[in-house]
Amino acid sequence: MAPGVKAVSRRGRLGTFNQTMALPPFATFLEEHRVPVYRFLLASVGPGDADDCFQETFLAALRAYPKLRDESNLRAWVLTIATRKAIDHGRARARRAVPVRELPERPTNEEADGDPELWRAVRALPERQRAAVVHRYVLDLPYADVARALGCSEEAARASAYEGRKKLRAMRELEHLGGKR
Amino acid sequence: MTNEFGSMRRADVEGASRAAAEGVIDAARRQGMEDVAVATIGSPVGDLLVAGTRRGLVRVAYPDERPDLVIEDLAEALSPRVLEDPRALDLVRRQLEEYFEGRRDRFEVRLDWALAPSGFSRKVLEATARIPFGSVSTYGEMAKRAGSPRAARAAGNALHDNPIPIVVPCHRVIPSTGGIGKYGGSEWRKEFLLRLEGALTG
Repeated sequence: MAPGVKAVSRRGRLGTFNQTMALPPFATFLEEHRVPVYRFLLASVGPGDADDCFQETFLAALRAYPKLRDESNLRAWVLTIATRKAIDHGRARARRAVPVRELPERPTNEEADGDPELWRAVRALPERQRAAVVHRYVLDLPYADVARALGCSEEAARASAYEGRKKLRAMRELEHLGGKR
Repeated sequence: MTNEFGSMRRADVEGASRAAAEGVIDAARRQGMEDVAVATIGSPVGDLLVAGTRRGLVRVAYPDERPDLVIEDLAEALSPRVLEDPRALDLVRRQLEEYFEGRRDRFEVRLDWALAPSGFSRKVLEATARIPFGSVSTYGEMAKRAGSPRAARAAGNALHDNPIPIVVPCHRVIPSTGGIGKYGGSEWRKEFLLRLEGALTG
């Protein structure tokens, strides 16, 4: 059956018009990157909004996918989109925010067995520092990729991650000095 | 890397991200961004990989061709926007199940011929699609109906490369000299399908 079909595409693979590595089918791309993207969004926008941001991220990727050329680092590409969505999301939320007393966030499975204070503290960081911290320390991305996701220089990415981590430690110390929440 | 972020790195997001990915596929379908939908459908002749576009059923592949390679080929030949979306192929699934249970003798699905070369081969496949359930024809006859009565061998090649086997019933074409002849998806499947349809007895 397939020999005919295969012959067509194998030619494409070796042919002159397609020198770069072929783009994987979107199904493969989605399967390969869904876990890190979700992890990034869970840490940066929280469990209540991670699903929405996830959907926006991959739909934006799908929209751009057929025109994507010379992309060797698809992980960095999709995390760049996710970072933009997380930052936009933070801004939209800030605009909507009504100054009421802080409501306790509902606990989630993801946080329950971990360190809920840390999750809250990370989400309290300024957007760029938060993104830098999550990319670097939670996803273990190299600084070159962190910089790419944030759209800044590697030095600036290092600085954001460093500042963010310092601020986190300060917040946590305050929390511990305060005893409990 | 050891640091205070261990709990965030270990958080189990497998299930949540899988559910969210399914949401992406639903939204992509609704927004018309799903160029090719693929699904696996179980059958007595093995797990079939089926693919559809907005125009119709475009591909049925036996498991002998590796499904991952078939999907790669679809991405290259049609569009990289290939999604695994069983729901988009529910109609095909139902009809194939009915066919294998002996409750259906014709498929009522639209076909997308994008993977069938145009010209003679395409004409052969289109003529083949009209051979009724339970009967058989010959390579020579298909060549004749495609407009080249002497091209029986070329008709055989076109049928061997049928991108939509079972639904475009190339198994119903046999040699005029006897026997059931060759089949791109292994001869045992051809025999199975012909027996299922009652075209082969004994």
